[in-house]
This record gives sequence, C-alpha cells and structure tokens, in this order.
Amino acid sequence: MVDAPTAGSEENAADAFLQGGPSLRNASGPYFGSYGGRWMPESLIAALDEVQDTFEKAKADPDFIAQLKDLNKNYSGRPSLLTEAKRFSEHAGGARIFLKREDLNHTGSHKINNVLGQALLAKRMGKTRVIAETGAGQHGVASATAAALLGLECVVYMGAEDCRRQALNVARMQLLGATVVPVTNGSQTLKDAINDALRDWVSNVEHTHYLLGTAAGAHPFPAMVRYFHEVIGAEARSQILEQTGKLPDAIAACIGGGSNAIGLFHAFLDDASVKIYGFEAGGEGVETGRHAAAISLGRPGVLHGARSYLMQDEDGQTIESHSISAGLDYPSVGPEHSYLADIGRVTYEAVTDTEAMDAFSLLCRTEGIIPAIESSHALAGAIKIGKRLTEGKENPSDVTVIVNLSGRGDKDVETAAAWFNMLDEEGHVKGTTLSTRKPKGPTERTSEAAVDVNEDQN
Amino acid sequence: MTEEFASKSAAAIDRAKAEGRAALVGYLPAGYPTVQESIEAGIALARNGADLIEIGIPYSDPVMDGPVIQAATTEAISNGFRVANVFDVVAGITAATDAAVLVMTYWNPVMRMGVDEFARRLAEAGGAGLITPDLVPDEAHEWFEASDRYGLDRVFLVAPSSTPERLDMTVKASRGFVYAVSIMGVTGTRTSVSSSAEDVVARAHAAGAERVCVGLGVSNPDHVREIAAYADGVIVGTALVAALRDGGVDAVGQLTKNLSAGLGRAAAEA
Repeated sequence: MVDAPTAGSEENAADAFLQGGPSLRNASGPYFGSYGGRWMPESLIAALDEVQDTFEKAKADPDFIAQLKDLNKNYSGRPSLLTEAKRFSEHAGGARIFLKREDLNHTGSHKINNVLGQALLAKRMGKTRVIAETGAGQHGVASATAAALLGLECVVYMGAEDCRRQALNVARMQLLGATVVPVTNGSQTLKDAINDALRDWVSNVEHTHYLLGTAAGAHPFPAMVRYFHEVIGAEARSQILEQTGKLPDAIAACIGGGSNAIGLFHAFLDDASVKIYGFEAGGEGVETGRHAAAISLGRPGVLHGARSYLMQDEDGQTIESHSISAGLDYPSVGPEHSYLADIGRVTYEAVTDTEAMDAFSLLCRTEGIIPAIESSHALAGAIKIGKRLTEGKENPSDVTVIVNLSGRGDKDVETAAAWFNMLDEEGHVKGTTLSTRKPKGPTERTSEAAVDVNEDQN
Repeated sequence: MTEEFASKSAAAIDRAKAEGRAALVGYLPAGYPTVQESIEAGIALARNGADLIEIGIPYSDPVMDGPVIQAATTEAISNGFRVANVFDVVAGITAATDAAVLVMTYWNPVMRMGVDEFARRLAEAGGAGLITPDLVPDEAHEWFEASDRYGLDRVFLVAPSSTPERLDMTVKASRGFVYAVSIMGVTGTRTSVSSSAEDVVARAHAAGAERVCVGLGVSNPDHVREIAAYADGVIVGTALVAALRDGGVDAVGQLTKNLSAGLGRAAAEA
C-alpha cells in the first residue's frame, strides 16, 4: 500500500520551490503530490506495468533515443520553428509574442511527438495493434500516421459528435489505413472515446497497446507522454535564448488533457523568473456551466485512471464538458497540472469560445497563420497576459512571451466558417457552391466539378 | 484474507458450501428501471436462489461494463437515480431477505461522498461490503480504514493477467471473497466461459483465498454448472439485467431459478 500524500506535502513543495528547493522537473509519477496514481481495473495493471517497464528501459537505451531523434528530425521535421509574431504582438500590449510552431510538424500538431515514441514502444513490446482515442482528430491522425509508418494495425475511437465536427480528420485517418469507430455513448466526445478505448484495451491487451494521446490517465501515461513532448520546451528554451538573449517573462499553452502544455512547461519549471500559464476552455463562459475548465472549477476526483481535478456533480458523476474546440472538450486534466496548480507554479485560467475565436481570427489576419482552435485559447490567453505584464512599462517590448501554437487550423475551417457566419443555410460558403462539409465514410469517387472561388469571403 | 469479524459475504458462501454447492451471486443496478423496482428485483433474486446480491451504482463512465449494463445504468441516471438511493435499495433488500447484499461501484462516487461517510451509511443500511472494479488495493488505503471501522467486506478483483505477486497481495487485501474475472474483457454475455477462469481460481485458492467467485460472461445454467465445479461462487450480471429489461421482476425470478439449478445440488448425485 502506498502512503497517502497529505495536503501539507503540497504546501511544503510550494515553499521549497520558492526557496530554490528541489527541482520540479522530471517528476516520475505515479504521484504528483496527491494526484495521479492508478485507479484502474486489475485486468489492466499488468499491461501498465509492461508499458512502464518498457518505457524505463527504452529511456536508458541509446538506440531508442537515437531512433526517436531520427524520426523527430527526418520524419516530423523537428526542431519546429520559434516565430516572432510581430503584428499580432501589437494587440498584446506590445509584448513580444513568440510562437512555438508545433503546427509545422508532420500531421500538423504536437501530437506526433508522443505517438512516435509510444508506437516505438509498442513495437518493442511486440504488440501488433494500437488503439487510440481522439477528440479533434489530431491525435487520431497522428496515431494512424505512426501506425502506418511502423506497420501496426490502428483503431481510433472518436465521439460521434466529434466525427461530425471533424469530418475531415475522419477521412484522413481512413486514408492512412486506420479504422475509425464512432462512439455513441454518453456525451459522444473525448471522454466517451477514452471509455471505449479502455474497454477495447482490456479485451485485447495481449497484442494491443493503448496509445493514449494526452498526459493524463493511469501511471505511467502522464509521465511518459510528458517525456515525449519535453522536446517542445527544450527547443523553445534554447531558441528564445538565441533570439532574445534571455529567458521569456511568460509562457502559455492551452489545456485539454494538457500534453502540449506540459511539454512546453517542463523545460521552464525550474526557471523561477518565468511565469507559466495554462488556458482551459471556458466554453460559453464559466458562469454558464457549459465549459471544460476542470482546474478552474472542478474538484479532485478519479477518472480514466488518475486522481486529478475533475468536473463532477454532487454524486461524483462526470459532468459533460463543452467547448467549441473538440480537442479541449475533456472534463478532467493531467494530474501533473493539478499538482502544479495547487503549488502555485502554474496559473490556470479559462478562455471562452468567443475569446479564442477572436484570437484565431487575429492570428490569421496579422500573421498569415491559421491556428487550431485549441491553440487559439493559448493565443487569447497570451493577449491577456501580454497586456497585464506590459501595464505601466515604458518599454513593453522588453516583455517576451512564448505561446505554444500546438496545431494548425485546417481541420477547423468548417467550424470557423460557421462561427464567423461565412456559410449559408445549406452549409455552403456564401456566394459559392463550395461546401465545407466533408464526407464521413469512405467516399464514392465522384468527379465533382472544380469550383472557382473568385471572391474573398470577407 | 482478514476475518477479524463476521463477514456477511463469507457467511452466505459458507451456507451454500454447507449445502454442498457453490453460491449464486446476482448483479442488478440500483435504480433500474426505478429505485422501487430495483428493490423488488433484488428481492426476487434472493427468493429464487441467489445467496449474495451485488447492487451496482449507475455511473457516468463505466469502463468495465458492456453495452447491456451501460444502457441500464444510463437509463437509471436519466430516471433520476442519486447515489444515496443505493442505501435505500440495500436496506429494502436486506429487510426482506437473508441474502448478503454488496454494492458494486466505480470509485469516484464513493470518493465524492467521502469514503468514511459512504461506508458508515452502507453498514447502517445492512450492506455486506463493496466490490470495486476500478480500485486496486494499491490505492485503497482509505477504504481499508473505513471497511475495518464499519465491518464491511472489501472484494477486490483478480484477473487472468494478474501476476503471482499481485494475486497474493490482492487475496490478502480482500475480505469476504475474491472476485475472479473469468476473461480479459468487460461485462456481457458470452457463448462459453473462458478456460482461463479455472486457472485464476486455482491460483487464488493457492494464494490462500478461502472463497473465490467467478464473474464476467456467465449467463446460463451450463456456465453456472461448469464454474460451480471449481469455484466457491458464480456471479451473473448482464443476463439478469437483460431479463429485467425484457421481462421485468418476474423474468428475473425465473432466470435466477434456472441458473440456480446449475449450482451443484444435483452435481452431488453425479
């Protein structure tokens, strides 16, 4: 039996950190303060042990590290750029905003970092099949990609509601050879996709690895997924030093389960001068109850194998989350974030759908970059903290902020077009016959007449 | 297994053993289709041959359950089931029958109420203990304390995938009986019982478990007969929930009667 960590231990950790105490980096799990652990069926414990054991050995194996580095460089296209967003910065109080361009990775988001690592582990374990859950479809696409690359069978569970919101990604996964299973249980979103993936895993664990897509779930997933994403922060830290000669004043990322965020944060956790911000999905506004702000408004509970902040009712039933962003539509959060919130090292705030979509539009028009709606939450947050940190400053451009641009927004074009009122009643882009609706299943080959889009829609 | 005080589940299994047969454990969800009907169905289970009754708490994210139980528990929640209703169901069944009544629950609803408070109210309602599908002994420190304080059984699961070390640890942590998962999978009816079940039971017995019951995929008298030959109890869930769904309380009684025919009363003659 493991001793129960007490609430006091978290205060001590905060004190220790403020006094330049032990490092917050490389927390190995299973516990992060009183969070994390393994709240899982016994049937899966042996599999979790196998993953953990394989991961620990791989980390210490120069061949594995070399293999991963090679894939990151020659397949994903790492290092990803750190781009200064000069015109966008004008809207953030004049602070210099730098974008960590995870959107430029192969498959279009940070998700590839984790899937390549885990797919290599699956091969090491002799598994022939990987399963994954996906919300926005980015992790599903990344998983299908890694599976194709390494010759693994791939099944992706995706909420039926998300299949509708992200039809283009469903088609991408199918093109890559994966089977997409629409999940019709519960809220038909990410949490229900995870439930079905877990049911699959427990039934097929002998030859199947569950390629969990975020830094949540049972040990060793939170620490392992973070490990594969640490490259984001490591690169960003040396890039900002090279470009500005100093550490940033603040860094920011969006939080669903929190994998892109923990990947960026990790390198900076011990840099006490760097303020760290996580932006949760505030949906229609936290006061409406329709949001996905687990840390801001949840309370600790267990879901999907970890104790963490959780949106739950008085009975401990999970409350359905809401966000315009399918990738952030998750009612809990990775356990390390809960710990970092409690000790005060990271500040978590909610950003509404409207704020995120305003930032989405702003980045499109000021930088020529279409961001994922998930990442737009971090952009909206950066505008707020940029204004806050430059307030009363003579030289606002002394303030530097790194934002993790975790994914590109191509998948979100339909949602954005609807949000910005660019579609007519039939779902066609106004003034054209061009439909943004993408087919869900394998499509019949039709020779659709090419459509000329002569007008700019705005 | 620790037996500092009389375990209601152990006593129920031992009564069956004294009759030369395995015990029958029947599962039904609380509040399905309503709280009152779930009490009536539980009583029908007991009156038609179930020695132990497992009352499930409907939960939003039941990862160990297949479609039939998921559909029933989802309906219970949408019919207004509240977690505290489970104590009414337990009290209603224990007042009317001699069966040992356990609650099967995912852990978050217990955590939310407070482990101690939940245990106190369960004991007050006459409950025997808890079966915890997503709580392994490694995370159960609070539950150890509360179950000792209120004299409740703690039924942990062992699986075909459990290592010898984990099996040993889980058997020692359990009280009442050990729940052996017959197959790597979730709840649901299957055409045959996996041969891995017998192996898990043998390993649990060898690790010192006095009472081992087998669940997952058990749905007809043939399955019951097969498992009763080597296990101390047989757990049936999905088939009973489907009977309740399709034929109401009477169908539950009828199926229980059929299932109990496989328990080994007749096997003694063979």
